[in-house]
Amino acid sequence: MSNKMHIQLNVNGEAHEFLAEPRELLIYALRERLNITGPHVGCDTSHCGACTVTLDGKSVKACTMFVAQANGAEITTIEGIGSPDALHVLQESFREHHGLQCGFCTPGMITRAVKLLEENPTPTEEEVRFGMAGNICRCTGYQNIVKSILAAANEMNAQPSSSEAVGHNKVEAAE
Amino acid sequence: MKDEVQTREDRVANLKGMGCSRKRVEDARFTQGKGNYVDDVKLPGMLHGDFVRSPYGHARIKSIDTSAALALDGVVAVLTAEDLAPLNLHWMPTLAGDKQMVLADGKVLFQGQEVAFVVARDRYVAADAVELVEVDYEDLPVIVNPHESLQSDVVLREDLAGQTSGAHGPRKHHNHIFTWEVGDKEGTEQVMENADVVVEQSMYYHRTHPCPLETCGSVASMDKVNGKLTVYGTFQAPHVVRTVASLLSGIEEHNIRVISPDIGGGFGNKVGVYPGYVCSIVASIVTGKPVKWVEDRMENLMSTAFARDYHMTGKISATKDGKITGLDCHVIADHGAFDACADPTKFPAGFMNICTGSYDIPVAHLAVDGVYTNKAPGGVSYRCSFRVTEAVYLIERMIEVLAIELNMDAAELRRINFIKKEQFPYTSALGWEYDSGDYHTAWDKALEAVDYKGLRAEQAERVAAFKRGETRSLMGIGLTFFTEIVGAGPVKNCDILGMGMFDSCEIRIHPTGSAIARLGTISQGQGHATTFAQILASEIGLPADSITIEEGDTDTAPYGLGTYGSRSTPVAGAATAMAGRKIRAKAQMIAAYLLEVHDDDVEFDVDRFVVKGAPERFKTMKDIAYAAYNQAIPGIEPGLEAVSYYDPPNMTYPFGAYICVMDIDVDTGVPDIRKFYALDDCGTRINPMIIEGQIHGGLTEALAVSLGQEIAYDDMGNVKTGTLMDFFLPTAWEVPNYETDHTVTPSPHHPIGAKGVGESPHVGGVPCFSNAVQDAFRPFGNRHTNMPHDHWRIWKTANDLGLHG
Ligand code: FES
Ligand code: FES
Repeated sequence: MSNKMHIQLNVNGEAHEFLAEPRELLIYALRERLNITGPHVGCDTSHCGACTVTLDGKSVKACTMFVAQANGAEITTIEGIGSPDALHVLQESFREHHGLQCGFCTPGMITRAVKLLEENPTPTEEEVRFGMAGNICRCTGYQNIVKSILAAANEMNAQPSSSEAVGHNKVEAAE
Repeated sequence: MKDEVQTREDRVANLKGMGCSRKRVEDARFTQGKGNYVDDVKLPGMLHGDFVRSPYGHARIKSIDTSAALALDGVVAVLTAEDLAPLNLHWMPTLAGDKQMVLADGKVLFQGQEVAFVVARDRYVAADAVELVEVDYEDLPVIVNPHESLQSDVVLREDLAGQTSGAHGPRKHHNHIFTWEVGDKEGTEQVMENADVVVEQSMYYHRTHPCPLETCGSVASMDKVNGKLTVYGTFQAPHVVRTVASLLSGIEEHNIRVISPDIGGGFGNKVGVYPGYVCSIVASIVTGKPVKWVEDRMENLMSTAFARDYHMTGKISATKDGKITGLDCHVIADHGAFDACADPTKFPAGFMNICTGSYDIPVAHLAVDGVYTNKAPGGVSYRCSFRVTEAVYLIERMIEVLAIELNMDAAELRRINFIKKEQFPYTSALGWEYDSGDYHTAWDKALEAVDYKGLRAEQAERVAAFKRGETRSLMGIGLTFFTEIVGAGPVKNCDILGMGMFDSCEIRIHPTGSAIARLGTISQGQGHATTFAQILASEIGLPADSITIEEGDTDTAPYGLGTYGSRSTPVAGAATAMAGRKIRAKAQMIAAYLLEVHDDDVEFDVDRFVVKGAPERFKTMKDIAYAAYNQAIPGIEPGLEAVSYYDPPNMTYPFGAYICVMDIDVDTGVPDIRKFYALDDCGTRINPMIIEGQIHGGLTEALAVSLGQEIAYDDMGNVKTGTLMDFFLPTAWEVPNYETDHTVTPSPHHPIGAKGVGESPHVGGVPCFSNAVQDAFRPFGNRHTNMPHDHWRIWKTANDLGLHG
């Protein structure tokens, strides 16, 4: 195609460069070009949040953004949050409190929850429910997701160093 | 030995067997983004398929021109019915004894119907090519209402013209599919004639959709060198897909491998066989390359697997004291363009004849008429056993309506009609044998837990305050007592495409005392890898953490009918226990040999066999496993493996008592769920944490269906709710916290007494939410309003009752 653009992305700390049509969506660039398949597609219309990633410090639905718009951005997906040897508190907490069933929403949920707790480290239940309202789960009825997030917040607050310990892969706000 | 200092309790705890809230083994990969769903499958050289779909609800196809699409760079093939016809694949059989077009053959019968299949280098090129396929349509009259359809001269299914009989008996009209009748028609009529009280109520259980977060899809790969076809897909029943694929394609079954990878929720959506699966397979055979097809959300809502769409009329009779004497039900079932219900063959309306519910009703009759319309095919069991949600909704609404007629409390009316504990096993008027239950105990526990009397007093006070003009909020108390029928099912009366609905488990114990078990079912979030290992741990005395559970690969798993209708625990769970017992029986012989005693002189104790009366003399299951592979034991084959195919003697009948308390703003129609109490009795509980999670999820899907979720069509056959903008899926913001509770009445015929639970909360939840809304308006003369009770409809109910002044 004649109209390809030169795109640079930093995803989970790794630099990528490629040519892409301007119409290519960020989610497909991640999933199909870079084989980063943690973020999922549940709706294509910004409603479900399965595709949530953190882009330059903000929660973004990757299904509704062109990769061209993300040019130059720093992106964190679920793959960049914690590692098998050092899980993020939220990853532990979702397991501990049964915050997932089929797991399809989970990458988006946890990615969003990480951001939510950065923005508001001591949320009330209401604030969690409101802050997570962009992410749909069809399996859990949310009760245990909310519980997982509140428990993670508690734990992170109890050990102030933990956010650094687990945040080594985290993308900080651009400034 | 370390083992000897362990107490018996330690040893039990170490197994993480049945009854404990074992954390899920699946979670590690899902929380780290390492799930492997079908859209994550990427094979070398893989092409992408996409459908040209009908914009019309009903139209004749005059021509299809694929030349422009084929000319586009990157397009490899465009398939139409004409290409499939020589292979006899342009139509396919449905699970309900009908047939369905794979690609439109001469006409289209619903909006979104598959017309042509484009195969291209990537998804973008495929989407471009879809736009370039030119289809010339001539529109035909559209029928979206089944009542109208039965009166209309318009013949929807021209392929069936002149056929006066279908898979389920005579057809009364060219748009009629079947009549299914159960029970005693005359007896019921007689009882009604002589009854003190008879009430009749029509209700519409609207069309909706399971809408799992992951849509349907498949990746087919035909290896022409080895003659082997591999299909990955969102299949709730992979073995059935293999058999169907073999029958359709002529490829022998051993040369087909069907794999269900991780599945992002099913809820009934992924039971059927869809044109997309067939087209990806054909396209792979034609192109010799792997072909992926994944539907988008709009395609999912418009074309695969609607649920419900039952126009129901109930008639119930009772004495003036409220003892129910008879029930008569009639249903007009809208099946859309093809009858593609995924019910057991002999049950064209599923288990709708469970509609006598939890009540001892002496005589009953049910008739269901299936009808074609210009809507998508499906009729799947959305998080329920076949049509049980419809049945429970009908009876639980009829009870409420009868309570109004009798001016009785609806909780009391239920109580005096419950099947009594001592009546089990209980044969219902419509022919089911309920295995076990203790409804009165469960009901009393529930009413007490919510302070039912106190709630009614508060409600009366609220009504008075409303009438005095002091509040604009009403209070509704929703009651439901449901009985599910799950675990299909006995091979003698349940089959799918002729295959009996047994299930299976195959176990291999490794020499070092760990194990792998493979099952014929497939998890879609239910946590099988966790819970089935717990069943086995308790049965064979090896820790659950040392047992791998594997499902979903037809090359390795034993044949099974899959996961839906809450059948995994009742059927495959039973197979697991039975296979475990075979292992244990052999282990007993090995232990006796090692301990130099007679087989009968050792007994199983948690994780070992001990010499009776001498507990210090024992062999652990680990020791025994090792010996099975390392010692020549006279008369015993080496190895430790077992397989069980389990044909259940009966269904299981979980039940529950749900109570919902709701405040409703009369002026906005917005309901606020203040309390939801759910008591479930699913027999033996394998993992309480997972049970509770399933209940939360099922109740939330019930909330959605009851309070707003709908697949709606306009008169032209356009789908009005094709995206998540219009199709209601609740978020964390709209959902309450649920209180869960339980009683335990084991199934007497199941090896471990378990009944299954995943669908109960949906079955019981829908009428409970609906009853709460309707109960709020009962003091103002409301008898029945149809779901979904979205804000507008609730507002309208209030308005119709004159509550807006
Ligand atoms: S796929 Fe992006 S919000 Fe649903
Ligand atoms: S766990 Fe299945 S969608 Fe959330």
